[in-house]
Amino acid sequence: MEYFVIVISAIFVNNIILAQFLGVCPFLGVSTRVSTAAGMGGAVLFVMTIATIVTYLIQHYVLIPLEIEYLQTISYILIIASLVQMVEIMLKKLSPALYQALGVFLPLITTNCAILGVAILVIQKDFDLMQSVVFAVANSAGFALALVIFAGIREHLALINVPKGMAGIPIALVSAGILALAFMGFAGMV
Amino acid sequence: MSQIKNFTKGFIKDNPVFVLLLGMCPVLGVTTSAMNGLGMGLATTFVLVMSNLVVSLVKGFIPSKVRIPAFIVIIASFVTIVDLSMAAYLVDLHAQLGLFIPLIVVNCLVLGRAEAFASKNNAFSSIIDGLGMGLGFTFALTLLGGTREMLGSGKIFGFSLHAFPEGIDGMLVFVLAPGAFIALGYLIAIINKLSNKTA
Repeated sequence: MEYFVIVISAIFVNNIILAQFLGVCPFLGVSTRVSTAAGMGGAVLFVMTIATIVTYLIQHYVLIPLEIEYLQTISYILIIASLVQMVEIMLKKLSPALYQALGVFLPLITTNCAILGVAILVIQKDFDLMQSVVFAVANSAGFALALVIFAGIREHLALINVPKGMAGIPIALVSAGILALAFMGFAGMV
Repeated sequence: MSQIKNFTKGFIKDNPVFVLLLGMCPVLGVTTSAMNGLGMGLATTFVLVMSNLVVSLVKGFIPSKVRIPAFIVIIASFVTIVDLSMAAYLVDLHAQLGLFIPLIVVNCLVLGRAEAFASKNNAFSSIIDGLGMGLGFTFALTLLGGTREMLGSGKIFGFSLHAFPEGIDGMLVFVLAPGAFIALGYLIAIINKLSNKTA
């Protein structure tokens, strides 16, 4: 039940993009086509889950025992950057097919604030390891959901005549606002 | 390029938010009021100026293969300094901005300027570039924060403007998440329109 609440709240009520504004750069950057949006969503799911587990372990078994919690930001970003690099190298060797699908998105993920954001949120919310994993998976599912829906909307926006000043990013932002309004309907569900 | 031009390019022509669309997460996330926007902008400006300075000073010693991780460590150090100083001296603002202070590390604007400008120019131009870009970012955040605060609650920097009739507090949606996207969309559209006219 407790995990269920975490999942519903992370995907719908506090959607990581539409309510918390983490990962807005890829949200605007790679959302012009549904297929690329799905690829990015998959890559984020993969990296976010691993990164959250690793940073959780580092926090509780290295930073806290040594009383160097102030190094949180520096150590997390280094861990995430090297992790992304490692995942890329391993995927290339172990699963060329998956690498083909996710490869181009992996380097972009290091500067995706959703990854670092979730890693820090998990610590702030005082979750245990299992809750953290569930939280990470649910958040990346919410990320992928918002990204794919938004990409679907943008595919249609490309076919519509928009006033010149509004074309491109402005109309995309306004649509994202309306999408966020729709997601606000889930508020109060948990 | 003259230093003045170098300084002012961040405000309009290459404004990081309205034109380059860099660092969107804090732009949307913290601009619920003009004050929050200003605080976030100044924190980012500090990190930007200091990291630009250090990167331009050490650029000769860092092998180009490991330059990105090295830049990230430099940036993360200054972000930690800002985070801890704000937690000590600006408790309220720090609580409001919360998660977005450590997330300055992954603000593409900071890394982008280190890579695109500071790693190729001398210390003085790098400071000017960081200052110009940072103040342009602050300007954009304060403008967006002010717009949302005014539409959402009829106030600017906490002072009531009495723009709405008695009994109406404002359009709450502009303070909530959807308003951030909509307000920024229209601001960019207005700026596009204006810059097309002058060009």
